[in-house]
Formats: sequence, C-alpha cells, structure tokens
Amino acid sequence: MAEHDSGGWTLERTIPSETAIGSELVSGLLAAMQEYAWPAAELFHVQLAYEEAIVNAIRHGNEFAADKTVQVRLSCTADEVRIEIADMGPGFDPDSLPDPRAEDRLEVPGGRGVMLIHELMSEVTYHPPGNRVTMIKRRPPSP
Amino acid sequence: MAGFERLVVVDKEDISVVRFVDRKIIDASEIEQLGAELLSLVDIQQRKRLLLNFEGVEFLSSAALNKLITLHTRVKRAGGTVRICNLHPQIREVFAITRLDRMFEIASSESAGLAMF
Repeated sequence: MAEHDSGGWTLERTIPSETAIGSELVSGLLAAMQEYAWPAAELFHVQLAYEEAIVNAIRHGNEFAADKTVQVRLSCTADEVRIEIADMGPGFDPDSLPDPRAEDRLEVPGGRGVMLIHELMSEVTYHPPGNRVTMIKRRPPSP
Repeated sequence: MAGFERLVVVDKEDISVVRFVDRKIIDASEIEQLGAELLSLVDIQQRKRLLLNFEGVEFLSSAALNKLITLHTRVKRAGGTVRICNLHPQIREVFAITRLDRMFEIASSESAGLAMF
C-alpha cells in the first residue's frame, strides 16, 4: 500500500507476471518525485530504469508464468529514490552479460536493459542468485 | 498492411517521413505492432529512404530500441537508409548511452534530417 509521511513516500505491491500491470506501478513513484521537486531528467531516468527492470523480472525472470509473482518496493524522499524488484526466477549473473555497446554487438537487438539501468541509476545491486535488484537514485547536487 | 495504427507516414519526394502516434512507447503489444509496421515499410511497401521523426515522443524503452535496430538492419540489407530527427533530449541521451547514435545519423529537425539524404 502507498504511504506518505515525514519519512517519505513508499509503496509495496505483489503483482502478477504482466508487464502492463508492472509498468503502471511507476506512476505513483513519479508523482512522489514531482512532489519532492526532483528534476525532470531524473524522473525520466528512474522511469526508464524501472521499466527495464520490471520487464526483465516478468519476461526473463518469471517467463510470464501465471503462477509466479513479482514483488515491488518503491520509496521516495527529497534526496533518494529506491526501487526493489524481486521475481521468482532462478536469477542471473549480470556480469556475464556481453556489452551491447561493443562494436560487434551494436547491431544485435536486445541486451541493453541491464546496461541502461546501471548507466541511469546511482547504485545498482543484484542480490544472489540474481532474481532481486535494488536500484538507488540520489538527487544530484543543485547547480 | 492497409493502414497504420502506430505510425503516420508522409512522403516527401522519395523520402518517407515516419512519425509516431504514441507519446510514450512502453506497452509490449504496442511495441510489437510498431515493429511490424516499421518492417512493413521496407518489406511490403519497398520504401528505402526513411526519416523517423520522433517529435512528440517523450519516452521509449529498450524494447522499442530493439525494433529500430531491426529496422536499420533490414533497410541496410535492402540498400536503403534510415535517419532520425527531433529526439527528445532525454531520448537523445539514451541513444548516446547505448551508442546507437553511431548507428543512426540524428538531426535536430525534420528539415535538417531531410537534408542529410
């Protein structure tokens, strides 16, 4: 359930393996970020990292299985956004993925989600066996 | 494919200017449809000079990028060219992060994009 108090905004949900339902959840987080006056570019980064992670959890983790769920925890304060997504798949080793930016892989579709997440967020941790990810975005210093 | 649901295509001489209906390209089934419509431009309609105009598009995921990469490969194989224009600054950043700005020539406006052919 979503809560909003002096400790910030939080939301915790367990959702079925459906990408449309997963994608919708981020709207509450984006609204909270706007309330805390986060810069628009950071909203874009957080939405894209979330979208990539939730689709990975549902598609690659749970393989769209109807009997598997995804746990999502989102929180936002003035200084930090935290996203935690856990699927029921076997997990994976993010370090084993080839770099999609390599010259010989540039024209290969797919494999850009994990790299984008790392580039867009301040801190990313895949917890062994790799079916739970924690992503943190810290507010950049004011110019 | 008689008409498009995700695209609007306008011919400017021998260049097809392709605009996108969706402001946010996120939904998985819509992305699949978008990919099929893009490929039909080449495979069925035999268009070889495409300018993808992203004006009004505020968000897209890597699933949508995959469709652009597949389109690029298909057009290149057919001896054609895909160029891109009017990218939202944040999407332009995504092209830089993924180095897709090395695959696609990107113009700031439609007129500049047309001039690149």
